[in-house]
Amino acid sequence: MNDKDSLYQDAIKEFARAAHGHGQLAAATGEAKLDNPLCGDRVRMQVSVTSGHVAAIAHETKGCLLCRAAASVIGLHAAGQDANGIEAVAHDLEGMLQEGAPVPPGWPELSMFEPARRYPSRHGCVLLPFRALLAAMAESEMKRVQR
Amino acid sequence: MNTMDTPLRDGFPLLAASPDLHYLDSAATSQIHRSALDAVARHETTCRANVSRGTYRLAEAADRAYEQARQTVARFLNAGAAGEVIFTSGATASLNLVAHAFGNTLKAGDRVLISVAEHHSNFVPWQMLRDRTGIELALIPVTDAGQLDLARLPELITGNCRLVAVTQCSNVTGAWTDVATLVEAARKVGAKVLLDGAQAVQHGPQDVRALGIDFYAFSGHKCFGPGGVGVLWGREELLAKLSPFHTGGGMIGEVTPQATTWAPPPQRFEAGTPPIAQAVGLAAALEWMMTLDWQQIHARESRLCELLVDGLLRIPALRLLGPESSAARAPIVSFDIPGLHPHDICQVLDARNLALRGGHHCAQPLMAALGIDVCTRASIALYNDETDILALLDGLSFALRELA
Repeated sequence: MNDKDSLYQDAIKEFARAAHGHGQLAAATGEAKLDNPLCGDRVRMQVSVTSGHVAAIAHETKGCLLCRAAASVIGLHAAGQDANGIEAVAHDLEGMLQEGAPVPPGWPELSMFEPARRYPSRHGCVLLPFRALLAAMAESEMKRVQR
Repeated sequence: MNTMDTPLRDGFPLLAASPDLHYLDSAATSQIHRSALDAVARHETTCRANVSRGTYRLAEAADRAYEQARQTVARFLNAGAAGEVIFTSGATASLNLVAHAFGNTLKAGDRVLISVAEHHSNFVPWQMLRDRTGIELALIPVTDAGQLDLARLPELITGNCRLVAVTQCSNVTGAWTDVATLVEAARKVGAKVLLDGAQAVQHGPQDVRALGIDFYAFSGHKCFGPGGVGVLWGREELLAKLSPFHTGGGMIGEVTPQATTWAPPPQRFEAGTPPIAQAVGLAAALEWMMTLDWQQIHARESRLCELLVDGLLRIPALRLLGPESSAARAPIVSFDIPGLHPHDICQVLDARNLALRGGHHCAQPLMAALGIDVCTRASIALYNDETDILALLDGLSFALRELA
């Protein structure tokens, strides 16, 4: 099996190790904590949204390599995206995992999760950080509207 | 390929058809024995009818099979009477039944004592009872070795304690509970004792009278039987005083527009059509279990457990959860390797035909008490042998390299 076909290819391990975006924001506008009850993965995602776009994110992720690598990809790419853009990536990523749809445009690193398609019980691990990001952005928007 | 004791392994169709599979997740679900499968098929093809309702011969055959299954369970448990055996959908349903039916006899301020080591199915029903009725819910802590800390009993079994409901054997650490000490302490204050036997039953027949307890719960799918069936055993005089949990057909004495009276136990607690064929299949599995030499099986399981523990303790940084002594534990071995997530470990092991469970094992309070979120668990049953253990130890070495 080529490394790129392996679930635990080097890219995943490297992204998990790099933990892009790990930490906390001093002034988050939205935050969400999500668990995967199946395995105990836990993501705390903070966002700072300015003019509808992500200015910064930070996450604290306790979980498997797939979950930590997915959170790390978010740390690399989320800045500058608006809610629609994040929703589209999450939707496309789900399609890639479940139906073999193309890798979400603009997020080429997500191709490293293509081998996870064969393991449906692990899809939630990859998607959890994206769901946490969407929830954090929703909370940010709710707070903005209430102000 | 497994080569030892193939007659035992060959009795399990899935294992016989998968000679390269190292199944080490029997604490979650054991494999089904051929006798249980055959009994289910035979019942469904020769006796399928509803029970306790029909007068035609087929229905009477179904009645006989179902009640014979009850008698078999009673023998497996050494119960005083078959009427003390209630068929449920599983141990979870059995535990919920007690939490409601016995729970209805409790009042605010009464105490129920459980332990930190409980599976969620013996934890959440009592939390909900507490929230509904205002009972006190107290917890027996665990020692560093993951055993119930019974030294704390004097302060925990207070005069208002009405029930002690604990696991007979932890589904995470494998630690056996010292039931005799627990029962003695409970009796001093008149408290009843419920044992969650879900993990114990696959390691041999039980004796509820010798244990001195009041309720016992287990699942069929964890003792080589079918899924969808479980048992609640309760002392006859105690069951007679309890109101039903679920209501509906089959559990009534008389229904009038004004009121309903209850059937006697066990029917009082078996509303609706019970899992008939599953009960028959469970009885076949238990009949088979009662023919085995359990002293020999326990010796073998202990030997495998020691082999596994010895191998695990050679892995740097690995933390073994639960007692190191195989005498103090069922052959359920959980461990934590810092920096490696159990799901990743289990995924890598799966590629080598090793089936293990990783996660919180529906025991999050115990995980918190042990200072972890998740762990990896290998559980050994009577069909496992040395090749399974050696494959696991070899697989773990591979996983450590693969995931580094």
